[in-house]
Amino acid sequence: MSEELIFRFNVDGDDFTSAGQASVQVKKNLRQLGIDAETIRRVSVAMYEGEINMVIHAGGGVAEVRVTDEYIEIVLDDHGPGIKNIEEAMKAGFSTAPDTIRSLGFGAGMGLPNMKRYTDEMHITSTVGVGTKIVMRVNI
Amino acid sequence: MHVYEHSVLLDESKCTGCTTCLKHCPTEAIRIRDGHAVINPDRCIDCGECIRVCQNKAKKAVCGKLADINRFKYKIALPAPTLYGQFDNLDSVDYVLSGLLKLGFDDVYEVSKSAELVSAYTRMYLNTEGIVKPVISSACPVVLRLISLRFPSLSEHVIHMLPPMEIAARAAKERALRKNPELSPEDIGAFFISPCPAKASYVKNGFGSYNSAVDGVISISDIYFPLIGLMKKTDSPEVASESGRIGIGWARSGGEATAIFNDSYLAADGIDNIIHVLDQVENGNIPPLDFIELNACTGGCVGGVLTIQNPFIAKARLQTLRKYLPIAQNTVDSDVEYIPESYLFEDMPEYHPMSRLGKTIAESMRMMADIQRIKAELPGIDCGSCGAPNCRAFAEDIVNGNATENDCPIKAFRLNSRKEN
Ligand SMILES: Nc1ncnc2c1ncn2[C@@H]1O[C@H](COP(=O)(O)OP(=O)(O)OP(=O)(O)O)[C@@H](O)[C@H]1O
Ligand code: SF4
Ligand SMILES: [Mg+2]
Repeated sequence: MSEELIFRFNVDGDDFTSAGQASVQVKKNLRQLGIDAETIRRVSVAMYEGEINMVIHAGGGVAEVRVTDEYIEIVLDDHGPGIKNIEEAMKAGFSTAPDTIRSLGFGAGMGLPNMKRYTDEMHITSTVGVGTKIVMRVNI
Repeated sequence: MHVYEHSVLLDESKCTGCTTCLKHCPTEAIRIRDGHAVINPDRCIDCGECIRVCQNKAKKAVCGKLADINRFKYKIALPAPTLYGQFDNLDSVDYVLSGLLKLGFDDVYEVSKSAELVSAYTRMYLNTEGIVKPVISSACPVVLRLISLRFPSLSEHVIHMLPPMEIAARAAKERALRKNPELSPEDIGAFFISPCPAKASYVKNGFGSYNSAVDGVISISDIYFPLIGLMKKTDSPEVASESGRIGIGWARSGGEATAIFNDSYLAADGIDNIIHVLDQVENGNIPPLDFIELNACTGGCVGGVLTIQNPFIAKARLQTLRKYLPIAQNTVDSDVEYIPESYLFEDMPEYHPMSRLGKTIAESMRMMADIQRIKAELPGIDCGSCGAPNCRAFAEDIVNGNATENDCPIKAFRLNSRKEN
């Protein structure tokens, strides 16, 4: 593998209104690289869900996107409460989002399943009380 | 290569090279070079934002002149419904239509009339099996160009129905031939009375393989004063409007969407809003919807840059005008099962990605890495002194070979003062 590009974003946990901005920026960057529209869409959908999760469930974190000539990797790293039971969290419809969040239209429990669906690979490591790290890959 | 003919141009003699348009262009199509603005035609979407913000009136819309209609033996005016909202104390559209005849047209055909039919067929379209939802309106040319340059994955959402202006032009010509059998098609010219330069671009360039049936575009602001004079002289109008509330409603944001008669729609207006909505649609991050109406101008076409009135005032006036009108004056018979071929267009224009850096992904990645490196060393204050709208765009210009690092006066100044110390 020759080169890789890295885009790094701080995802602000206090600012709901700017949630999702990193994925919009990533989309712009990937367009500039000439990545095909369908791949961009998959990356952007998956990243958006992950970004929103960091804001809602973990008080923010860091998002990193690595582009190589074979794949695009999205790494989402936070120091939030962690996920107790990953298998359960991955189930469609499972959500711990409080009512206040649901009233904003989030909390359907579809984020993690969609991230899995739109990417070729996804790994979650999480420790309760320490944080969560999600790595996703979309092959080019 | 395909060359797109634009309708927004710069008058160099008036441009002072300030950074106002530079900062407002939604696609970063403008740079300041040699003391004046330069528009990159590959990125320009003819939205008219620069015309709106320029204090020196250096940005111009290129539309036809009224005298152009004399090229034709039989001249038809196609007024956009937005025109009706421009006048004080108007109690009937008939005065506007009669005024247009006095202005030199042989006939008027209201675009709002066709809009009602487009609405009726859109309802039918939404029930067609196999269409990709949400369906996105094809009426605002800025939206179409934006999708073809920047949101190719949304192309299949665009309704493959021609905008009311085109339907009106064709219907008007057919009517003219019927009424005047002595005419041949070349004798007839149809002129759209337009709120925006974008419509002029649509007419000049066509859409995909579709060629516009409109022969010329004249701006509302150009005919406004002569028209108002003639309207004042009209005691009893000689033509009667054939539009209802739906047709006239198309002039404002939400008018087209509410005419689908169900609440599964979204209507957004203003260039930043529509870009945001398209981004969200692309992410699948919207509720399931049938229809999306997008207007580049604030408030919809009433906010077009070639109008006279403030969009909100125009909207209020249209509200009054519509009040006593029937819902629609143009409907489709209930036994019609198919949308006529003549309402549909075949293909979307080719995707012309506006922002691709290099020819291959590998080359683009190298260029992007250079951009990141250069940008990190720039002051980061996005002042525009270099002629680019922000430091990132400037870094891109350098990597693309369109600027050099010395063009940043702040950086040069800092380097010099460091040397002196
Ligand atoms: N970064 C995270 N930190 C802590 N918990 C998380 C994180 N991401 C997800 N979770 C947990 O996993 C659950 C499921 O996440 P998922 O994204 O699938 O649904 P949701 O965010 O609750 O709702 P939706 O994404 O549909 O709006 C969440 O409710 C939350 O309990
Ligand atoms: S919203 Fe209407 S007036 Fe504005 S650019 Fe689009 S079509 Fe033209
Ligand atoms: Mg979620």
